[in-house]
Amino acid sequence: MLELAIKGSKKYYGWLAVVLAVIGAGFVTYLWQYFTGLGITGLSRDVSWGFYVAQLTFLVGVAAAAVMVVLPYYLHDYKAFGRITILAEFLAIPSVLMCLLFVLVDLGQPMRMLNVIFYPTPNSVLFWDMIVLNGYLLLNLVIGWNVLEAERHGVHYPHWVKPLIYISIPWAVSIHTVTAFLYAGLPGRGFWLTAIMAPRFLSSAFAAGPSLLILLCLLIRRISNFDPGREQIQSLAKIVTYAIILNVFFFLCEVFTVFYSQIPEHMDHFKYLFVGYHGHGALIPWMWTAMGLMVFAIIMLVIPSVRRNEATLAIACIAIFIGTWIDKGLGLISAGFIPNPLHEVTEYIPTVPEIIITLGVYGIGALVLTVLYKMAISIKEGEASA
Amino acid sequence: MKKGRRNFLKIAGISALGLGAKPVLDVFASSEEDAVVEAPAEPRIMRGPNAMTAPQWAMVIDTRKIESHSDVEPMIEACHKIHNVPEMPDKKHEIKWIWETEFKHAFPNLAGEYMSKRVEHLGLPVLCNHCENPPCVRVCPTKATFRNSQGIVMMDYHRCIGCRFCMAACPYGSRSFNFFDPKPHIEEENKKFPTRMRGVVEKCNFCAERLAVGRKPACVEASNGIMAFGDLHDPRSEVREIIDSNYTIRRKQNLGTRPAVYYII
Ligand code: SF4
Ligand code: SF4
Ligand code: SF4
Repeated sequence: MLELAIKGSKKYYGWLAVVLAVIGAGFVTYLWQYFTGLGITGLSRDVSWGFYVAQLTFLVGVAAAAVMVVLPYYLHDYKAFGRITILAEFLAIPSVLMCLLFVLVDLGQPMRMLNVIFYPTPNSVLFWDMIVLNGYLLLNLVIGWNVLEAERHGVHYPHWVKPLIYISIPWAVSIHTVTAFLYAGLPGRGFWLTAIMAPRFLSSAFAAGPSLLILLCLLIRRISNFDPGREQIQSLAKIVTYAIILNVFFFLCEVFTVFYSQIPEHMDHFKYLFVGYHGHGALIPWMWTAMGLMVFAIIMLVIPSVRRNEATLAIACIAIFIGTWIDKGLGLISAGFIPNPLHEVTEYIPTVPEIIITLGVYGIGALVLTVLYKMAISIKEGEASA
Repeated sequence: MKKGRRNFLKIAGISALGLGAKPVLDVFASSEEDAVVEAPAEPRIMRGPNAMTAPQWAMVIDTRKIESHSDVEPMIEACHKIHNVPEMPDKKHEIKWIWETEFKHAFPNLAGEYMSKRVEHLGLPVLCNHCENPPCVRVCPTKATFRNSQGIVMMDYHRCIGCRFCMAACPYGSRSFNFFDPKPHIEEENKKFPTRMRGVVEKCNFCAERLAVGRKPACVEASNGIMAFGDLHDPRSEVREIIDSNYTIRRKQNLGTRPAVYYII
């Protein structure tokens, strides 16, 4: 099936070249980091996790697009989604792959990565995160590949794939939950020490993932002969609407608990993010932008005519994607460390090399996504013309 | 060759005496006269014949005896010198096993707007608390951080993958990460203690390598009586005598980590 990915137009090759250049830049910068140390990033003794771990957290959410399509199709027999399940599954693959790569680039001793397997430690959430992420990657690879291969030959996919599809549904929930547990169980970090963390992860995931899928569907319709379908896009839009409302609701629940209880260890981090803490507040404009974008998107999406118009829907989806990215990919991780456990403030700003490495990983994701989508769309186009 | 053989015999001898320590520790602590100790692939501390042992080591810091910065400085000096703790040029990459801080930072939940002037301006030493219920150990995905049979929370620098989960988990900021190779920043290397490589986490080890040869921690020796060290479970030990007769506090006790470093304020 891979041969389908190497036959393409000039534009397709142009895009691949751009992506490869970004990956190359990221890789060279990573070599620099590998040979000198994580000191070339903006990380510090006080803010010991930053951009990389935050991207992992955000992308776990994007991978969720799959379950929001697979679940209605297989459990509720919602036929329309049959047309796009493959797109959702193939979005999950590069997302999870990027998650794993972000873990890797964040390690101080990446060559020893396998120690996690040699010395399995079930009391560590990171151990479980590794299992669920790899498992989800594998599930989607096997399912997506077999379903598509079968579709190509006009036959039903093998029966043993069905149980895997059912397993993939709760498994998708597990990747968020376990990733949220990385943070939510740490005694000294008031910002993360909340049971709403996992639900918030799920809601923001179910908003960000399907939003990206909508945007990809619109793009595919433009640049290929395959139309993912208007009904499909509209159904996704409803899912996104509910999810983003829930996301903001969960956030406000947290804000209430934190500010009504007035416990400083929990409040200080929110203050740092939104109004500044002892004169520090690098993220204030970002966080208000994120909140603004999410509220703006909710207002747009709850108005039926705006949601049904694909142009305005696209704008709302972009707003959600950027808003949730700022919230998780920028604010959530570093704010957990500011102020630090001794109530001192060290701010964190990612450095240029750190951002180039991050873009490089996103480049690998884009490459894998392009290749997978190219295969899927070629087969779908073939069906349409046959 | 000869040296290797001698070491081997010594290990064999100690093991035969039933003193061979199981846990993987961070250095081969041999008797004092051994000038150079090569770090084996997976270093262990073998207990010497004079080794001090306890089911739970603990420390008491009597801050009433601290008069000025110059009372705390020697403890930091002593520790950082013998443990090859580098002096990193950028504060963001700082490595510290023990350092001096104000009351409001050491005990953020106890400090108030109005308090005794002495306490307010007090600079007190903070270090790893060797928690009896340590969150850093709970989260480590490789067991590179572990609690040994003497209640010391240890690091295996050769196993650590540098994920820094333990740094996020420690509620006391006791851990440092080697953002760069530390070796160029070590002023005078102590050959008896291993240096670390970039990309791993490190922290105070309660001087496990000294206890193994029957010596108290370096900071305690240098503290001029400000610090006491001993077996928490032995009612006749020095630390227990102090704890039993003075009101002591521990950092962030409400988190359930059960720190083994006690403070008298
Ligand atoms: S003080 Fe921090 S590093 Fe030391 S044992 Fe406790 S949690 Fe672990
Ligand atoms: S940085 Fe090292 S010691 Fe800390 S949790 Fe990761 S592997 Fe364990
Ligand atoms: S106990 Fe030893 S390692 Fe810990 S601070 Fe004191 S001298 Fe340093």
